[in-house]
Amino acid sequence: MTENSPSEGTFHLMGGEFTNAGSASSELKSTLIKVGVEKSIVRRVAIAAFEAEMNVIIHAVAGTLRYEITTEAVTITVTDMGPGIENINQAMQPGYSTAPDWVREMGWGAGMGLPNISKHSDLFKIDSVVGEGTTLEIIFDLKEKNADS
Amino acid sequence: MLTVSAVAEKLGLNVVVKGDMSQIVSGCYISDLLSDVMAHGKDDDLWITLQTHPNVVAVAVIKGISAVILTNERNPEPETIRKAEAEKVTIMVSSLNTFELAGLLYMMLKDDGSVHAGTS
Repeated sequence: MTENSPSEGTFHLMGGEFTNAGSASSELKSTLIKVGVEKSIVRRVAIAAFEAEMNVIIHAVAGTLRYEITTEAVTITVTDMGPGIENINQAMQPGYSTAPDWVREMGWGAGMGLPNISKHSDLFKIDSVVGEGTTLEIIFDLKEKNADS
Repeated sequence: MLTVSAVAEKLGLNVVVKGDMSQIVSGCYISDLLSDVMAHGKDDDLWITLQTHPNVVAVAVIKGISAVILTNERNPEPETIRKAEAEKVTIMVSSLNTFELAGLLYMMLKDDGSVHAGTS
């Protein structure tokens, strides 16, 4: 499906594709374990990646999740093709969600996605333009933790 | 330490998908909100939920959940079963409701020394 390497790769995400939701994050998690990233960091990356993946599937038409792994950090960049977020501060509020009812019935759309990403990452940047799309940059430091492992 | 198979046997659960039944159970998390489980569930927790769709398997895999238990005799969707088989995620069904099952499980985990919650 993909030609991703242990150091970088891209997953393509389709809006509304719930059946395979989480497969990008699962594959990324396996890659991180394989390259020897510490377990607690793997856990944080997997949670953040999955939430970001779900956001694209729930809200966007399509998007990509890109990762880069160096000795210093894991960087995840998620870009989608819209609709974009009108009010980012509001979207960052725990409990706020614009997800439709049927998505909420599945147990998503609790307004915890972006807060979860922010909470589990070392650096989180979000940029959004209504009508164009949203880009997340999520960074996890490896250096400090690697020193004592 | 309790295993998934011991929990299944003692609580009379119907094992719909058999993953690693020797996996350790260290606790339990109960929620039907998937992001809540993502945020607060822990490795080796059992997860009790009413959600039956395939994303349950994805969350269990990402979180390292030891097994999923559906209550009120709710059965997983066929696609959920397929995914769980592929990912080797154990899914079990209880005829009890969530409160009753959680109560029994709490006592089991407490006897086992795994639960440190509550007033202590």
